[in-house]
Amino acid sequence: MSDLFEMPEPEVPQGQNAPEFTVSELSGAVKRVIEGEFGRVRVRGEIGRVSRPGSGHLYFDLKDDRATLAAIVWKGQASRLALRPEEGLEVIASGRLTTFPGQSKYQMIVDDIVPAGMGALMAMLEKRRAALAAEGLFDPARKQALPYLPTVIGVITSPSGAVIRDILHRLRDRFPSQVVIWPVAVQGDRCAPDVAAAIRGFNALAPGGPVPRPDLLIVARGGGSVEDLWGFNDEAVVRAAAESAIPLISAVGHETDTTLIDHAADRRAPTPTAAAEMAVPVLADLQARLSEGGARLMGGIQRGQDQRSQRLRDVARALPKADALMGPPRQRLDYWAERLPMALRGAATAKRVRFGAMAALMRADLLLRFITNERRGLSAPSERLHAATRRGQTQKARDLARLHDRLAPQVLMRPTQEARRALDALSRRLNAAAQGQTATWRARLDGVERLRQTLGYEQTLRRGYAVVRGDDQVVKSRAEALLAKRIEIQFHDGRLELAPRAAARKPTQQPDDGSPDGGGQPSLF
Amino acid sequence: MTQNPDQSQTPVEAMSFEDAMAALEQVVGALEKGDVPLDQSITLYERGAALKAHCEARLKAAEEKVAQITLGEGGQPRGMTPVTGL
Repeated sequence: MSDLFEMPEPEVPQGQNAPEFTVSELSGAVKRVIEGEFGRVRVRGEIGRVSRPGSGHLYFDLKDDRATLAAIVWKGQASRLALRPEEGLEVIASGRLTTFPGQSKYQMIVDDIVPAGMGALMAMLEKRRAALAAEGLFDPARKQALPYLPTVIGVITSPSGAVIRDILHRLRDRFPSQVVIWPVAVQGDRCAPDVAAAIRGFNALAPGGPVPRPDLLIVARGGGSVEDLWGFNDEAVVRAAAESAIPLISAVGHETDTTLIDHAADRRAPTPTAAAEMAVPVLADLQARLSEGGARLMGGIQRGQDQRSQRLRDVARALPKADALMGPPRQRLDYWAERLPMALRGAATAKRVRFGAMAALMRADLLLRFITNERRGLSAPSERLHAATRRGQTQKARDLARLHDRLAPQVLMRPTQEARRALDALSRRLNAAAQGQTATWRARLDGVERLRQTLGYEQTLRRGYAVVRGDDQVVKSRAEALLAKRIEIQFHDGRLELAPRAAARKPTQQPDDGSPDGGGQPSLF
Repeated sequence: MTQNPDQSQTPVEAMSFEDAMAALEQVVGALEKGDVPLDQSITLYERGAALKAHCEARLKAAEEKVAQITLGEGGQPRGMTPVTGL
């Protein structure tokens, strides 16, 4: 700096001894100061407006709530950045400060950008995810089914490295297929635009063109840090994946890494190898299934034919021969046909003989004589029949008149009156006899009843005796009472049942036992 | 993917592998049930044989062909170069 002041300036106006600079001189001086003072700085801030002009350089702003700093990443460095600068992301940029004298501007030449902590990155990612989800880009209804057996598989990945090798190996193992690789950068600044362009590029291919149009896409990348995989969270990539008319499998990072393209893809594979497994079936399985199908087809038609010819043979065997069918009726026909002319001749001869005999008897005078005889025999009885009938009628009329004279009602009444008088007399005698008899029987019955009462035990009960029953039997001794399970005492005014005794009580204890149920009752008997 | 409801009418050559496979299995199932009239069973068998040949041809054609797209200046595909050794 000191050399600035040592410069002689003879034209300095009076009273002003400060040196005079050209603009370029001052700008150069400022540039030197700034570059010298800030040769290596790290700046934390949020990324503002990002622009990527055709030159390949990357321009963006770093800002906080009060200030803004212009930043540049030169072309050569831009592709090597671990993180693609995106508006809104909080980062720590490393580099140096310099000036741009042409615009009186100072700026930062950035050579490295890292996110300012995971939290910032994740918060931004979540915000973007929610926004894209709200647009319906991750809608399950948008998902397309993968083709069962794709003809051409388009793989979007780095052409070198383990990922494409893993995919090809697994495809080779399962079903050797036609694969078209679209080479892309899988990290750094070029990653997102490359991948988005590749997805769109594959979709833009016309069927039948020089480059075959795939019917399945795989977007693949090996595992890495969140920053490494960041390109697959890019909005352009997510949109391209969601819009892809060709079904798409995403296989980015390890199983635990989730990027936004996974949500937009039709299927998400945990690893590139798994993507290859989703893409194609196993050739050997298909061959086995096909040859099994072929064998079953042969077997099916063969069995059908066999069954039919077997049935035909069976039915044919059951069908009788025509000769056998016709034999018996033909024989019967022959038998009867032979006998027919003879029978006719025999029958005619027999009839003719009988007719001849009858015809000889049939003469006209024979019939006339028969009629004359009959008529003569008929006339005498006929006259006798008339006379007899008239005599009979006269006799019957006379008998009727006589009987009629004798018929009178008094004849009928007389026997009835006599019978009634006899009945009345008998009835009166029966009443008198019955009353006498009943009085005698009552007197005898009363006597017997008095005798019965004096003899019965119930009268005895009135005098203070009692009947003891055990199990409904009269108990006549102490031994019986001990055996009975239930004791009942009958007094003159009713029966008293004593509580059942304990069955276990031994008879030897009985004499000492003062309980009423075992007590002195047997002494009565 | 979509299963044609009237698969017995679709020309075999126009069928996808999966559809042809499903059709073949249907044909086999019908034949094995054994209740198909004779004339129809012969037609079915012929169709089954055609389906099987179709599927077999597709499986025989399984061959690895790997190519990489070469990109022009504007990032447009310019052509393909075969890739070997991966």
